[in-house]
Amino acid sequence: MIAEAGLAALWLAAAMALLQLACAGLGLRLKQDELVAAVRPVAIVQGVLAALSFGLLILLFLQSDMSVLLVAQNSHSAKPWLYKFAGAWGNHEGSMLLWVTVLALAGAAIAVLEHKLDRATLTATLGAQAFIALGFYAFLVIASSPFTRLDPPALDGMGLNPLLQDPGLAFHPPTLYFGYVGLSIAFSFAVGAMVTREVGPVFARAMRPWILGAWVFLTLGITAGSYWAYYELGWGGWWFWDPVENASLMPWLAATALLHSVNVLAARDGLRAWTLMLAVVAFSMSMLGTFLVRSGILTSVHAFAVDPTRGSFILVLLAIYIGGALALYGARVGRVKAGQGFDLLSREGGLVLNNLLLSVILGIVLIGTLYPIVAQAMGQQLSVGPPFFNKTTGPIALLLVAAMSAGPLLRWRRDEANALLQRVTVPIAAALLAMAAMFAAAPGTGWMEIAGLGLAAGLTIASFAPLWKRNLLRTPLFTWGMVVAHFGVAVSLAGMAADSAFTSERLVAARYGQPYYVGPWRVVLNGVAPVMGDNWSAVEGRVTATRGEGSTPLLLTPQRRFYSSPPTDTAEASIRTRADGQLYAVLGAQDAEGRWQLRLWWKPFVTLIWFGGALIALGGALSLIGRVFRERRNTKRREDAE
Amino acid sequence: MSLLLSLVLAAGAPADFGYVQIPDAAKEAQAAELMAELRCLVCQGQSIHDSDVDMAADMRRIVRQKIAAGEQPQAVRAWLVERYGSYVTYDPPFSWTTAPLWLAPLLLLGAGLWLARGTLKRRRK
Repeated sequence: MIAEAGLAALWLAAAMALLQLACAGLGLRLKQDELVAAVRPVAIVQGVLAALSFGLLILLFLQSDMSVLLVAQNSHSAKPWLYKFAGAWGNHEGSMLLWVTVLALAGAAIAVLEHKLDRATLTATLGAQAFIALGFYAFLVIASSPFTRLDPPALDGMGLNPLLQDPGLAFHPPTLYFGYVGLSIAFSFAVGAMVTREVGPVFARAMRPWILGAWVFLTLGITAGSYWAYYELGWGGWWFWDPVENASLMPWLAATALLHSVNVLAARDGLRAWTLMLAVVAFSMSMLGTFLVRSGILTSVHAFAVDPTRGSFILVLLAIYIGGALALYGARVGRVKAGQGFDLLSREGGLVLNNLLLSVILGIVLIGTLYPIVAQAMGQQLSVGPPFFNKTTGPIALLLVAAMSAGPLLRWRRDEANALLQRVTVPIAAALLAMAAMFAAAPGTGWMEIAGLGLAAGLTIASFAPLWKRNLLRTPLFTWGMVVAHFGVAVSLAGMAADSAFTSERLVAARYGQPYYVGPWRVVLNGVAPVMGDNWSAVEGRVTATRGEGSTPLLLTPQRRFYSSPPTDTAEASIRTRADGQLYAVLGAQDAEGRWQLRLWWKPFVTLIWFGGALIALGGALSLIGRVFRERRNTKRREDAE
Repeated sequence: MSLLLSLVLAAGAPADFGYVQIPDAAKEAQAAELMAELRCLVCQGQSIHDSDVDMAADMRRIVRQKIAAGEQPQAVRAWLVERYGSYVTYDPPFSWTTAPLWLAPLLLLGAGLWLARGTLKRRRK
């Protein structure tokens, strides 16, 4: 019954989306107020129904209902409840249902919360949101229904991929999807504004909190995903430039550019067309990412697609939505009035540079990710990976960090070069000093690492400069948000550069009791013992690490786990965090002479990467809260005045 | 392919270079840099430096053996590309096919500057 109820809720949600689109479209065209008034409540009902459908799927997984095909294929009754719960979206159908649910909830959130936007634009926005949702509902019920029954029911399920059996699964995909799909709001706002031609500061101020919200989730999701990959894959890497990672990075890059350009639109009424374009691009990148990941077009070495029907279905949706939005843009952009003018050397100019560099990085990542497909079409198999992306995006990202140090110190409209130079003297000095110190201390370090650490030092100081000589209590929260987020970039960059420059790696065939050295650590494998988990058994290494004479030894317990359903073995890294870095140990197989493969890394300041990511998200959250409160107060003041 | 690998491996080595480093730190650094840019052919998008799969270990063994024997990383890469095609390296060599890829950053930067310049000029009027 539950599966049928879930499917019914899904169909009803789809029907609501259709109704929402019809009400919005006809209401606006025929100027029927009753129809327009119906759009908000219908959007809310759609959100509730989609959430209900998703909730019922989770219930099926929690109950281990093996008469449902999806549960039987991806779950197992002996799994801990957390992985039954999170396993609901650890597969294609479930994750697509989560995707659509977030899309519907985003629409409902606009319907409930958005009061600044004029009625016509809001209606068009909700219509666009429903139009997107319709395509993905169709995709779900036609090509990937999560509620298909299995007759006769399976005795038990086939289990979940052990690599996914991690608390990260409960947190990472939903966060990322809130970000990905949250960008649909910006897309729908842009479409709505293009339909009604209301593009200006009011529109920008209405759109800004939604962009910030999606961006915060996206930042958190990427940061968490990076840390998850770092400890789960067991080779000490934290970013692999894998297509799936790039798929999450591209919307983030577009959203970052968008949330800067929208400030120009809100504050100075400039960059109108460009901001609309970015809003379209940002969500297009989300959909493209979904297509790349779901179709398997890039990760699979042998086949064109994991499931060609699914891949081509999403490709068609992609063409309709992106093509449609771009066509609308082409038709309407000429009539969007040009915004306010400004000087090259101004805050606006700085933000244009930010947008330029972010867009170039986005373009490189996009081309690099898709190029293997293009090359294959030209009859050549090739791979594009870390060396390409590091060489090409690295220098531009460093340039961006340099620009970012100066940007917030520029005045709106017009600024003087000499005045700017005065303001950035200290950060530049700090950057040069840090580079010189690095060069002296570690002469063999690559130029990118040296530049990275130097710029991180400069940005650290520059990011706090906007607070200089200000009353900190009366500084608006969104200024604090900018300061914290920019500081977070400096922290993260320092972590990346330090990890790349100073990591020590030690791979040994370890004998019991014999010392091995990695970085400042002396590491000993004392023994190996069997341990049991809920649905796995393991051998666990007992490793002690000491740093200098007489220090308390650290215990590390890397495991080699054997999962029975599906039968897989995985390596569980053991990581110990110190103030100045992480010690990372992985246990491998035993060789014929009884020695164990032991992989050891000492990664100085690597934690800064994710700590910085969390700071960036925190900065976004502070900005969001600050903006919302400021708008509330302004509205209240206006009402009091009237 | 596995036959070819096992022939190479039959030469045998005192340490299993698939999982153990070259004692000479400078040579290991060369090998590590090369391994990080070589694709594990049976994995889903991982370098041989980051993979648990047996074939990745086999390829690491080949790379470390060759580097330990004094070969230059460039020569080892060329040797592998000759056997497995340019698919094996994540650093696609510059050619007619990859020219658009490698020139893309410059073209994008140029196009972006041109666009921004046009915008700024128009705004100044």
